[in-house]
Formats: sequence, C-alpha cells, structure tokens
Amino acid sequence: MKKLSNSTRLTYAVLLALAVVAPLVGLYPVFLMKLLCFALFACAFNLLLGFTGLLSFGHAAFFGSAAYISGHMIKTYALTPEWGLLAGTVGAGLIGLVVGLVAIRRQGIYFAMITLAIAQMVYFLCLQLPQTGGEDGLQSVPRGELFGLISLASDTSMYYLVLAIFVACFLGISRIVHSPFGQVLKMIRENEPRAISLGYQTDRYKLVAFVLSAALAGLAGSLKTLVMGFATLSDAHWSMSGEVILMTLLGGVGTLFGPVLGAGIVIALQNLLADKVGSWVTVIIGVIFVVCVLAFRKGIVGELHATLVRRLRA
Amino acid sequence: MEIFGIPHQAFMGQILLGLVNGAFYAMLSLGLAVIFGLLGVVNFAHGTLYMLGAFAAWILLDKFGVNYWVSLLVAPLIVGALGVVIERLFLRHLYKLDPLYGLLLTFGLTLIFEGVFREIYGASGQSYPVPELLQGATDLGFMFLPNYRAWVVFASLTVCFGTWYLIERTRLGAYLRAGTENSALVQTFGVNVPMMVMLTYGAGAALAALAGVLAAPIIQVSPMMGSNLIIVVFAVVVIGGMGSIMGSILTGLALGVVEGMTRVFYPEASNIVVFVIMVLVLMVRPAGLFGKEA
Repeated sequence: MKKLSNSTRLTYAVLLALAVVAPLVGLYPVFLMKLLCFALFACAFNLLLGFTGLLSFGHAAFFGSAAYISGHMIKTYALTPEWGLLAGTVGAGLIGLVVGLVAIRRQGIYFAMITLAIAQMVYFLCLQLPQTGGEDGLQSVPRGELFGLISLASDTSMYYLVLAIFVACFLGISRIVHSPFGQVLKMIRENEPRAISLGYQTDRYKLVAFVLSAALAGLAGSLKTLVMGFATLSDAHWSMSGEVILMTLLGGVGTLFGPVLGAGIVIALQNLLADKVGSWVTVIIGVIFVVCVLAFRKGIVGELHATLVRRLRA
Repeated sequence: MEIFGIPHQAFMGQILLGLVNGAFYAMLSLGLAVIFGLLGVVNFAHGTLYMLGAFAAWILLDKFGVNYWVSLLVAPLIVGALGVVIERLFLRHLYKLDPLYGLLLTFGLTLIFEGVFREIYGASGQSYPVPELLQGATDLGFMFLPNYRAWVVFASLTVCFGTWYLIERTRLGAYLRAGTENSALVQTFGVNVPMMVMLTYGAGAALAALAGVLAAPIIQVSPMMGSNLIIVVFAVVVIGGMGSIMGSILTGLALGVVEGMTRVFYPEASNIVVFVIMVLVLMVRPAGLFGKEA
C-alpha cells in the first residue's frame, strides 16, 4: 500500500476528528448526512472516471434505482436498515452489470451517450412502475433499528452510521485504487491498446470497475433514502448524473479526496442558494461547469496538488 | 375500417405524428452528426439551440410582431450567430483535449441557457399560433391531414436532404469532409479550416433552431423542450451511427414512426422504445446501423 505522507495522514485525521465532533458542535446533522451520501456517490463515480477513464453520463440510474429499491423493500417487507441498504446496493450492482455489458463495447463518447440513454430508460421505468409511486415518489420510509437493536430515529445516531459507512467505503476505494487491480485500471485509463497488447482482458476489468462503481453509487442512494425518508424522481433524473460529474470535476478527477470536496461545495452551494435564487442555481452550476472545463480541469484538489509539486521542485 | 384493431383514423394519425417527430429527430441528429464529424464535439447544447430557435420565433412574434415565415429565416440566423460566438469563445479551446470535455462544456452551457430562460419565462410553456396559411386540415379520404404537420414533414425532409446533398455531393461539402479527416493538410491547401469549423457549428446551430421554429406551433415553447428531446436524439445517433449523414436522417425518421406505432399499441412503452432499440442494435451491430467501424 502506498505510503501516505505524514501531512496527508494528519489532514485526514483532523478531518475525521472534525466529522466525529460535528453534530455535537451544532452543525445540522441532516445536512452533513446528505453531504456524506453525495460524497460517497461522487467517490464511486470517480472510481470509474478518474481511475478507469470512463465517463458515465448515467450514474443517476444507479443512485436513483437503489434509492427506490431500498425504500420499497424497507416499506413493503419491513426490512431492517442494513438489509435495506444491502438490497439497494446489490440491486444497483446488478443494473450496473447489465448496463456495463451493453456499454463497455463502445469507447469514449459513445460510452457516455449509451449510459445516458439507458439511464433515461431507468428514469422512465421509475416514473411508470406502480411500485415507485410515479410523480410523488416513495414517501415515509422508516429508518428502523439497525440490526434490530439500535434505533436510528435520532439524527445523531443516523449520522454516525452514515459517517461509519462513508469512512469504510472511502478506505475501501482507497485500497482498491492502490491495489494491483487499481493499477491495471489506471493502465487502461492511460493507454488501453498497450494494456491489451500486454495481455490484459481490459473489457473484464472495465466491467468490474463499472459494477463496483454502480454498487457504491447504489449504496449512496440507499443511504440517502434512509436519511431523508423518501426517494423521488429527481434521484434518477439526468440532471443528477450531471451534478455528480460536476462534483467530481470541481473537486478533482482522479484524486481520492477531490470528489468529497466537490460534493461538499456543490451541496453547500445548493443549500445556501436554494431559497434565495430559484432557477439561478442551475445557471450557477452551469457556469461552474464551463469555468472548470475551460480553466480548471484538474479541479481544486488536483490544482492544489500540482501547485505543491511545483513548489517542491523549485 | 380497423387496422390491427385500432380505428384507421387513429392509426394514420399516429403514423403522421410519428413522421413529424421523426422529422425533428432527423433534423437534430443530422446537425449533431455534422458537428461531431467536423469538430469532434458532442454538442449537448443542441437541444438548447433548438429551444432557443423556438423562443426566438416566439419573442419575434410577441415583441416585434414578426410573422412565422420571416421567423423561419431570422431565428436560425440569430441562433446561428450565437453558435458562431460559442464556437469562437469556448469550443475552440477544447479541440486538442479529450472529446468528453466538449460534451461537458456544452452540458454546462445547456444548464446556463435553460436556467436563464426558466427564470425569465417560468417552466410552463408559451403557445405559438399556427400561421394562417397552414391552418386547418385537408381531407384525403382515408384520413384528415393537418396542413401544418404536413408542412413540417415536407420542410424538414427538404432541409435534411438538401444538407445531405451539400455535404456529400458539392465542393464545399468535400472541403468539410476533408477538414474532418485531416485538418492540417487541408489548411496547407489554402482552405481556411478554423473559419469553416466556426461556420459549421453555426450552421448546425441554425439547423437546430430551424427545427425549433417548425416545432413552435405544435409543441409548447418551454425552456425544457430541448433537454427532453436531446437524449432521444443521442440514442438516435448511436443507433444510426455517428459517421453517416444519411444514416442519421433515415434512422431519425424510422424511429419517429416506430415510436408513433408503439404509442398506438402500448403507450406506456413509447417513452423508452427508442432506448430499447438502441440496446438491441448495439448488441448486434456495435457501430450502429449505418456506422463505420472505428
């Protein structure tokens, strides 16, 4: 495992400490939980874009379908939350498998367009299937008791569960990225023909990465359903796919912490501006997109990293 | 008379509706294919340009009393000019990069334009009146043919095949196609490729805007009209194969009709039938129906 520099370790430790103390200090737990869910979503997406080099424009399909699946399972079969989360994650992973099998055949731009089209199909299924509640979505999903023992009704206890899951997944993604499997993914990102010539079955690796990314995105979606208590059509809409791309792009594609930072900024922005500016939020997000693509491609963490590297060299 | 258990009026009506939708798919996917072919940019903003064309026509009528026929010429020119500006200011910087950045930038532009228009005009649509010359319907015996819709199909087909002819059979088209293949070499022959690229994007934008003006009397002119359409158009382009102009036109028309027929027999599926077909086509022919294998 790659040795993290001491300063990086320290930064992570401080952040973790802050995160643990946050609800006690008075930061609104539901906002923090929403932030963590989207941060997980962005990290899952980054696994595919940043480390494998595949831009999926339909990740909302996994987020949204898992939100609906877990919500539906919890409501209909009175599952405890851990089973609900599992159902959502596995469901999203299976959908990811199907989508991946179709989409991996093409590269680059076609891949993005195919994922977008299939996600649109999933959106319409979410709209029209009787179990999903159509335009209203799924409401009043109970949080229940974790393992049947610990009640999650209080926002604080729910927060610590979300934080624990997020940290576990973040560590997991970090482990995947730094493993030999992760190195192959990076090789595929950099030069796929070379990887093929070296004998790697790149399609299989891409599919595994895709399914992993879909399943983690599904976990984020299921968590979000538990946190907010509802699943709506906007979870599966293509604008949600666009948002996660923005979070990753803004934070830094291919960095570990970038998506978390990007998610934090976008969610905070949306929260701050929601009541005040109406449709201008969309415009602002669009402007950030344009600025990022033109001038800021590495994202915040990427640019910071590049600046530090330059300073160390000078 | 009943066809497959549906009264023939309804059946023919839906086929016509399907043809009209297909005409729009054809026009938009044509513009998308041309822009992708020459610029290597997947223009997510194509739906927004379509919306801007419709809004331009509506604003021209509402604020300046300009009638439909003049708008058919003026609105595409306005939006085409906007397209040229977009190419100059934004897209030009992205050609050396991964084509995905073009997709992301145009996506951002879509959000900006839609947000602004939604803020000014609200999410619900404005109505645009059918021009008097084309109002009413003609009785063909087996069905009533709404005049305006017949006009839309006729106009789009003319424009589509005209564009195809321009690109595939004329000198200018040859320069365009050569510029796609090897821009540097074509420039050494004295052809101003950057200018050509800029004008191509403008022309693509104008095509989308023209579709928007044609659509205005049929569909509610709303800020969201483009984004709902663009994703289906993407699927059409994937099915038809990006490289082929004629492929986009034919696929667009065919899919419009298929969608219409689905609406007759199984309405709930009409939204997703194009995507289902896309998945099926990709299984069998990954390059698309008319596409050239990369």
